[in-house]
Amino acid sequence: MNLAASSFGAAVSIGALTAIIGALATARSRSTLVGIGTATTGVAALLAGGAALTGESFSLAAPGLLPLSGVSLTLDALGALFVAVTGGVAVACGVYGVSYARHGLDSRLVQAVFPLFVVAMLLVPVASSVGTLLVFWELMALTSLLLVLAEHRRRPAVASAARWYAVMTHLGFVTILSGLLVFAAHAPGDDFAALREAEVSPSVAALVFLLTLAGFASKAGILPLHAWLPRAHPEAPSHVSALMSAAMVNLGVYGIVRVGFDLLGGGPRWWWLLVLALGAVSAVYGILQAAMSTDLKRLLGFSTTENLGLVLIGVGAAGLFAAFGDRVLSGLALAAALLHVLNHAAFKSLLFLAAGSVLHATGTRDLDELGGLRAGMPVTTAAFGWGALAASALPPGTAFVSEWLLLQALIHGLPADGGADAIVMPVAVAAVALTAGLAVATFVKAFGVGFLAKPRGEAAARAHESPPTMLAGMGLAGLACAVLALAPTLVLPAVGAASGVALGGEASAVTGTVTIRLAGVAGSLSPLMITLGLLVAAVVSLGVLRAVAARRARRTARLWDCGGGPLSARMEYTATSFAEPLQRVFDDVLAPEQDVDVDHFEESRYLVRAVAYRRAVPDRVERRLYQPVLAAVAAWGRAGTRLATGSVHRYLGYGFYTLCGLLILLAVTR
Amino acid sequence: MTLLGLIGGVIQPVLIVGGAPLLVGVLRQVRARLEGRVGPGVLQPWRDLRKLVGKEAITPRGTSELFRVAPLVLVATTLVVAVVAPFVTTASAADPVADLFAVVALLALGTAVLALAAIDTGTAFGGMGASREMTILALVEPTLLVAIFALSVPVGSTSLAAIVSSTLNDPARVVSPVSLLAAVALVVVIVAETGRLPVDNPATHLELTMVHEAMTLEYAGPDLALVELASAMRLTVFLGLFANLFAPWGIATSAAPLALLVGVLALVVKIAVLGALLAAAEVFLAKLRLFRVPELLAGSFLLSLLAVSASFFLA
Amino acid sequence: MLGLWRKIRRTGRIAEPAPPAPGDRVEAAAGLGGSVQIRHVDAGSCNGCEVEIGSAFGPVHDAERYGARLVASPRHADALLVTGVVTRNMAEPLRRTFEAVPAPKLVVAVGDCARDCGVFAGAYGVVGPVSDVVPVDLEIAGCPPRPEAIVEGLRKLTGR
Repeated sequence: MNLAASSFGAAVSIGALTAIIGALATARSRSTLVGIGTATTGVAALLAGGAALTGESFSLAAPGLLPLSGVSLTLDALGALFVAVTGGVAVACGVYGVSYARHGLDSRLVQAVFPLFVVAMLLVPVASSVGTLLVFWELMALTSLLLVLAEHRRRPAVASAARWYAVMTHLGFVTILSGLLVFAAHAPGDDFAALREAEVSPSVAALVFLLTLAGFASKAGILPLHAWLPRAHPEAPSHVSALMSAAMVNLGVYGIVRVGFDLLGGGPRWWWLLVLALGAVSAVYGILQAAMSTDLKRLLGFSTTENLGLVLIGVGAAGLFAAFGDRVLSGLALAAALLHVLNHAAFKSLLFLAAGSVLHATGTRDLDELGGLRAGMPVTTAAFGWGALAASALPPGTAFVSEWLLLQALIHGLPADGGADAIVMPVAVAAVALTAGLAVATFVKAFGVGFLAKPRGEAAARAHESPPTMLAGMGLAGLACAVLALAPTLVLPAVGAASGVALGGEASAVTGTVTIRLAGVAGSLSPLMITLGLLVAAVVSLGVLRAVAARRARRTARLWDCGGGPLSARMEYTATSFAEPLQRVFDDVLAPEQDVDVDHFEESRYLVRAVAYRRAVPDRVERRLYQPVLAAVAAWGRAGTRLATGSVHRYLGYGFYTLCGLLILLAVTR
Repeated sequence: MTLLGLIGGVIQPVLIVGGAPLLVGVLRQVRARLEGRVGPGVLQPWRDLRKLVGKEAITPRGTSELFRVAPLVLVATTLVVAVVAPFVTTASAADPVADLFAVVALLALGTAVLALAAIDTGTAFGGMGASREMTILALVEPTLLVAIFALSVPVGSTSLAAIVSSTLNDPARVVSPVSLLAAVALVVVIVAETGRLPVDNPATHLELTMVHEAMTLEYAGPDLALVELASAMRLTVFLGLFANLFAPWGIATSAAPLALLVGVLALVVKIAVLGALLAAAEVFLAKLRLFRVPELLAGSFLLSLLAVSASFFLA
Repeated sequence: MLGLWRKIRRTGRIAEPAPPAPGDRVEAAAGLGGSVQIRHVDAGSCNGCEVEIGSAFGPVHDAERYGARLVASPRHADALLVTGVVTRNMAEPLRRTFEAVPAPKLVVAVGDCARDCGVFAGAYGVVGPVSDVVPVDLEIAGCPPRPEAIVEGLRKLTGR
């Protein structure tokens, strides 16, 4: 029994134990025990993932554990990467949850399900047979659904969000189930090893890929199957949102990579063009909706769609290059995608935990009511600022490195081959670039309007800093961001190992210690040196300025208010007004709804009593795509009521006619 | 790190810090002459800066550290770009450290931090300037990156030094459709990023028409000096990058004193000519309405996409 | 566009030659070193002085050539250019504007109203001349002052 196996076993058993403790412990100690237990589970999972990424691996088969197929587990480098990511997020969320969960989230159910959710997410990437994967996938879906529902007594919106989530996640499950069952039916067994060996015809392979892609993409929040994500993520408790957004959605990517590359062994170009196109559309649409959003957690939810879209651009490009036979570039693109998974997990958990801290202190997620939090909650402000820098893909943030790698892969993809590449790569680069630009605007808005300036509401003015364990949770996530941003070369070998499993063992696409150097193509970058350079430049400029500037004391003065009365918070730009120019620019895509009501005095039409302005940017994809389907389902249901009138005679009649029909059918066909 | 790179790493920032205010002086002087005025002379921006550092610094009530740090970050990002990009010499002081993407991202970081500082003041104009600047940045970024794509495809690398050296070795590339289309796209980008007409009017006094200026309304004394110096440096860096991407001739390829001297002179002449052209063009232009700007930027984006397709079809 | 270009070529330089520099510099402005940024404040003027200030910064007199420049924010300014009598509504804003300027700062009172209330002296809405509200360093006489006088006053600040 090696380190990977023993620590993975420890992670699962500690997690299960924590779930039992959560169900049994007294109300006072519950959240502390569960928090510590979950964090320990995370640490053990990190260890297991780390050990497996450096070469250890294990397999385990327990045929009798589950009916029909039994349980079979294998921890390889690809799965280990996702185990490690989930473990890391679980550590931060567990520590954070110790005091966060005290406020109405310490019921037995929630506290018992929370560690179970983590365990389910740890087991999914380790499952090595169709049956095992499906069981754990469903366990993950159910536990997360229960956690989304945690606050349904407080807010009616939670129930609706959970309904959406339940329906969509199960539809996704059905497509994955049918896809993998078709696959297994054409293979000697349902074990992954058997699936790899299976000779499937191209049409069956395509069917399997499309079905599983639909399910996995919906879990990853990819357009057009994203509708559950911006609902469920804001309504779930924040540490659950962090787990869902930073760990669970990744498993969608894992599924696509595992099935597409590992089990089906690549595939024709159009598969990966489809993946790339889905990724590009999701990235741009996600960040556009995030830029318009005034709800802090909804903004973060849409940003998840954006980032997973970027990951899929990388996965799609990797598949495309692999289909062309360019192993260097496909390795680079997949490494970029997997590194972005890591980075996104780090900064998104930081951002969601910080958002939870804001929610905890002010009780609102509406950016238009926030502002000025830096005075009351300096640590949370710093944490969110660091996360926002990471998310906006600017140096020295984390996402910059992975987006840089992604762009390098796309740029070098052009001369490799003709045909589709010539059109696809520039469009993909443009999508990544537009996403990057809009991400900067979005996170300047979220951080600037939410945390800087003056408080726009009572709640924001009274904001206070969160308890130390919540800050510690954010600190851990922030530390992960810092390590990934400044020393990505520490994790790049692991990412290379993971992509090697998917693409069929090869050397890491990226080398270097301080400077990232691409193997096989020209390109290098050193985030650490850039950061040091920035620091040195800032210190030098400060020194020169101090040397030449007059020795006058800095004076504090009132804001320049054009000499009129003092500026009030009502005069500030809100999140809505900040995004208004962008909303106008992307009018055709977003189709915002605006409503101006002018209320006149009775005496004269020229005297205005009040003006009301409302603006909403509905999710257009949802409106155009889902509402017709929902309407059709509802109409179908109504049609059904005509058959079911409540008369027992009629129902007996139905049975009689059906039986007769069947008998006639049998008689005729025999 | 080579000797040439080291020398470049020292000369370039010094030259750009020293020359940037002069460039702004040249721009204003050219404009003044074309308008029939005499103009204050090219040294005026330096006089302004000298005076500003001698003045009192003011912290408006209710602003945080971010407001004070932002000018420093703005200068620091531009300084790093001045060190790593090939302006005077082809060998960069830190070539493997940063490429064209990193340079673009660093400049965007400066803009984002200044926008945050503007929001931090909590004034209506600060928020307005930040919102507009971020909108423009979001729309400029795609053009910029796709234009970089077009330029780096023939070279096979996004390293600035590689692109510049390859143009030096193959001068015919400059007149290729790829280069020309990318150049036009980049001109629009530079105009938008540095806040010149017709996107933004640096000389406006009317707050409602401001973009960049609206963000700096609260800065005074040494802080303002840093902001002004940084925006002059950004203009210089953008023009210098443009000059060396499309006409790198004269840039020093060896560490011989003469070559370095020629490199410095060539850079100064190129930037001055570009600056004078920019200022002369501004005399003929009126500021666009804010919501017409996206059309301009969309046009430049199309040009850069065309440049990429051209780089494939004509390769 | 070509038409504009021809017009520029035909017109050439229209700025009048610079008159000799006034000898008496304002002492407080010595540290500014030839660069004076100006924020204009209309404290209750009839707009006559504004027209003349506009003309002083126009192509003919070109006050900018001496290092003076109008700016948008008092934070950027070294000097306030105050016109008109100080009315009740503008007294406090004027004080606040003065407060907003970073030291060292100067105040120039432009026109007779700003100096001694001119024809509006004793009117019900008038607080008084500018010097009653903020300390004045330089006065420019005239109703309205000629652009030459304004330029000369500004040159006393810039020293050029």
